[in-house]
Amino acid sequence: MIWQSSLPLLVLCSSLLPGLIIFALPESSVRIRTTLNLFGAVTKLALVAWMVWDVYQGHQFETRLQFLPNLDFTLQMGPLSVLFVTLSALLWLVTTIYAIGYLEGSPHRSRFFGFFSLCVTATAGVAMAGNLLTFLLFYEMLTLVTYPLVVHRGTEAARQAGHTYLRYTLPGGVLLLIGTVWLYTVTGTLEFTSRGFLQTVDESQHPALIAIFFLLVMGFGVKAALIPLHGWLPQAMVAPAPVSALLHAVAVVKAGAFGVIRIVYDVYGAEFASQLGVTQPLAILAAITILYGSLRALFQDDLKRRLAYSTISQVSYITLGVAIVGPIATIGGLVHLVHQGLMKITLFFCAGNLAETLGIHKISEMRGVGKRMPLTMAAFTVGALGMIGIPPIAGFISKWYLGLGALEVGQSWVVLVLIASTLLNAAYFLPVLYIVWFCEPDHPWCENRHFDNSETNWTLLLPALATAGMAVAAGLLASLPYTPLEWVRFITHNQFYQ
Amino acid sequence: MLSSTALIWGVALILLPLSGALLTFLFRAVATPIGICVALAINLCTVRLAWLISTQEVPRYPLGGWGAPLGIDLYVDGLSMTLLIMSAVVGLAISCYAPSYFRSARHKLIYFWPLWLFLWTALNALFLSADIFNLYVTLELLSLAAVALAALAGSADALTGAMRYLLVSLLGSLCYLLGVALLYHAYATVDIALLAERVVASPITSAAFGLMMAGLLLKTALFPLHFWLPPAHASAAAPVSALLSALVVKASYYLLLRLWLEVFGNVNVGIDVILGVFGAAAVLWGSLQALRQSRLKLLIAYSTVAQLGYLFVVFPLAAVNANAWQGALYLALSHAFAKAAMFLAAGNMLLFCGHDRIIDLDRVVQRLPLSLSAFALAGVSIIGLPPSGGFIGKWLLLEVAVAHALWGWAVVIVVGGILAAAYVFRVVGHAFTPAKNTHEVHAVPAVMEWVALVLATSSILLGLSAAQTLMLFEVGDPFRILSGEAPS
Repeated sequence: MIWQSSLPLLVLCSSLLPGLIIFALPESSVRIRTTLNLFGAVTKLALVAWMVWDVYQGHQFETRLQFLPNLDFTLQMGPLSVLFVTLSALLWLVTTIYAIGYLEGSPHRSRFFGFFSLCVTATAGVAMAGNLLTFLLFYEMLTLVTYPLVVHRGTEAARQAGHTYLRYTLPGGVLLLIGTVWLYTVTGTLEFTSRGFLQTVDESQHPALIAIFFLLVMGFGVKAALIPLHGWLPQAMVAPAPVSALLHAVAVVKAGAFGVIRIVYDVYGAEFASQLGVTQPLAILAAITILYGSLRALFQDDLKRRLAYSTISQVSYITLGVAIVGPIATIGGLVHLVHQGLMKITLFFCAGNLAETLGIHKISEMRGVGKRMPLTMAAFTVGALGMIGIPPIAGFISKWYLGLGALEVGQSWVVLVLIASTLLNAAYFLPVLYIVWFCEPDHPWCENRHFDNSETNWTLLLPALATAGMAVAAGLLASLPYTPLEWVRFITHNQFYQ
Repeated sequence: MLSSTALIWGVALILLPLSGALLTFLFRAVATPIGICVALAINLCTVRLAWLISTQEVPRYPLGGWGAPLGIDLYVDGLSMTLLIMSAVVGLAISCYAPSYFRSARHKLIYFWPLWLFLWTALNALFLSADIFNLYVTLELLSLAAVALAALAGSADALTGAMRYLLVSLLGSLCYLLGVALLYHAYATVDIALLAERVVASPITSAAFGLMMAGLLLKTALFPLHFWLPPAHASAAAPVSALLSALVVKASYYLLLRLWLEVFGNVNVGIDVILGVFGAAAVLWGSLQALRQSRLKLLIAYSTVAQLGYLFVVFPLAAVNANAWQGALYLALSHAFAKAAMFLAAGNMLLFCGHDRIIDLDRVVQRLPLSLSAFALAGVSIIGLPPSGGFIGKWLLLEVAVAHALWGWAVVIVVGGILAAAYVFRVVGHAFTPAKNTHEVHAVPAVMEWVALVLATSSILLGLSAAQTLMLFEVGDPFRILSGEAPS
């Protein structure tokens, strides 16, 4: 049916059109802008929710338009897309509410929310892309539309950070482009196929396939912040808090990780990639990134920088889970795509609340802030404990499956990496929690903004509490239907390993 | 009969701007309404002609009945039709933009209209001509109109630039004319189709080939013959810069391509690699120079040098796979839209700030959001990011380069893209930050902002209509892809 094949396109339009309209709005029309933002976010969520059931029944929604001869512009709604689209749609809604509160009264909000919507559009496109060319298209669009968000503040530091961001991501895109063209000349197709489409390629082409794999992974590795391509991420911290939240939890970093997932499962096929011998180096690289990110995080006093290094480490769990090649590790990696998103966005919301309410940017300034902002810091604690991997919060589930999966395929060194990383996570999060809850503030709080009786503006507080709640729920209720874990199991057993 | 129907529209494409030029010269008071009507009419005729030739299956359209070998013969195929459409769209945009741009200098507008419509006549005639002598005439007319327009800005820089442009153009045309004379002497015809049948490899053919190529390369500003382009293009008035960079250099490139494909198929062996090397050098040198510029319009002018380089990197690629020509044409087309948009946007910023120093752009992103968006979107196409027209062009080239393991050319293509990103975002970055030197600002009429934005958007949309555009390229099979017979 026509309306069914246009559903993926509608998902895109639900944020694209509000974004374009918002650009045209004058700065003062706050109400229209807010309505449009929320309308778009809710519509997207509703559209996705509508499709989830059908996808579970094995139905695929597909929009296909001609782009180049033999290469279509394809949007597909399969199980894997649903996972990422749902995450981005849900967190977009939450972040929009947060951003409305965060940016209240600040200049250039039409521009900000316009690009914000485009950013989510690009993420949804990345999630739904049905072939590598469409993926590339939205991936580059994501680079471009996040640039104005990074430099939004218009300071010299923001400009520099924007340049660093592009210096990493645009060459990354070029590697991706070369890899994609090369793959196309070898195979003549770029359509994502579960379990890969390269098994039939002649053996003489295998060296080329290996080279292509590394080109593509390097291209995605820039955004997924794999070492040594991670340098842009800590710098991009100058962006406003909602941008950082979205960048780290949903959009940019996750697009890179999602690209790695697509390459390994839907282009090469996990087993074939492992036969080529390309997954083991990837696993080692991911492991190094995990440890390096955690180590660097230890030494950051700036809260957002510490969170940024934590992201570098945590996102590589996804890559690691993918590169171990085994059904259980796959579950661990994929589910971390969602779990890390929920926890990290909570942490960034809380960091933003601290900065916005009390002007706190450094960890050393956070002494005793738990008494001043108990709810915010409770959410922060949930996020931090989840990152460490303490049950029943979602992070535990991911680490559990990663460890089990590694043992299943006899890669016991991964367990050591996980243990080391968990210790490091604890080492950089627990001291923060300690000074927040158990130290006394050494000077009175200088309030940036006043909020009568509540600890901060409710639009800042509620999103953080909501995502923290989801992180707990995703862990506690993990085995109920339609939780991230169950959905990932469904994907893994139906699509990647049969 | 089809050919006579098509003939009417083809002739109209030449006569319309010509009569427009005369009318705007005679009736100065109403020059602007006349000019815009003519531009609209040209667009209608172009659409009609494109529709006529793409719905028929006959490969080539002899439009004229005045008779080869020494008459005036017109023909049109996918290649020339594409360039006609390019000039029509960009021309309409410039026609809408210029009256606002010159609103405080009405005496310039009086010269602008006749010269510009005259230039348009020469362009259309050049794309429709079928013999090398007519092509010479149109080329010369085009140069003269272009030089006069370049001098219109009136500043010392503009006059020096225009003078150099004039000398270079004359030298180029002269070389070309010598080549024409040699060919006519040897083969007794100037008709391209007849020449294609008669030409054999001989010293005289090679000499003609060398002379014509040299002249056209000079006019197309291929590195290292590009020295005249940046001063001329950067110092001209914004709408003139746009049409020089977007259209005029494409005309000599078209001519070069046409001769290469049709006439010199058997004497150009080995030259393709030389052209490719110079093209690659142009891409790198032009981009690096663009990065070093402190003024916006010079940056854009050097970017033109670099982008023209791509059109020559194609030659060695097309020697192994004719599909590469499609990539070249795609790049030429999207460059025309994007570069015109860039120059028009730069004109807006220049008007607004009173200068075009890049580091003092001072938050134009907030004050001229439409112009900066136009610049950035055009930049996306120049860089070659999806889904722009520039992306499709580069994709087609990369496909050929990678499939035949021509890695060197592939690297040049993508490195040029990265350098382009560097200079585009250097400008965009400074547009976000406040500058030390503040300045008095002047209002920019909305139509100027919108024209730039529409052009920039069409350079992006060009990528989304790739299937249809490539079909248009194929009309008449100008690149011998359908017949499977590779050129050169």
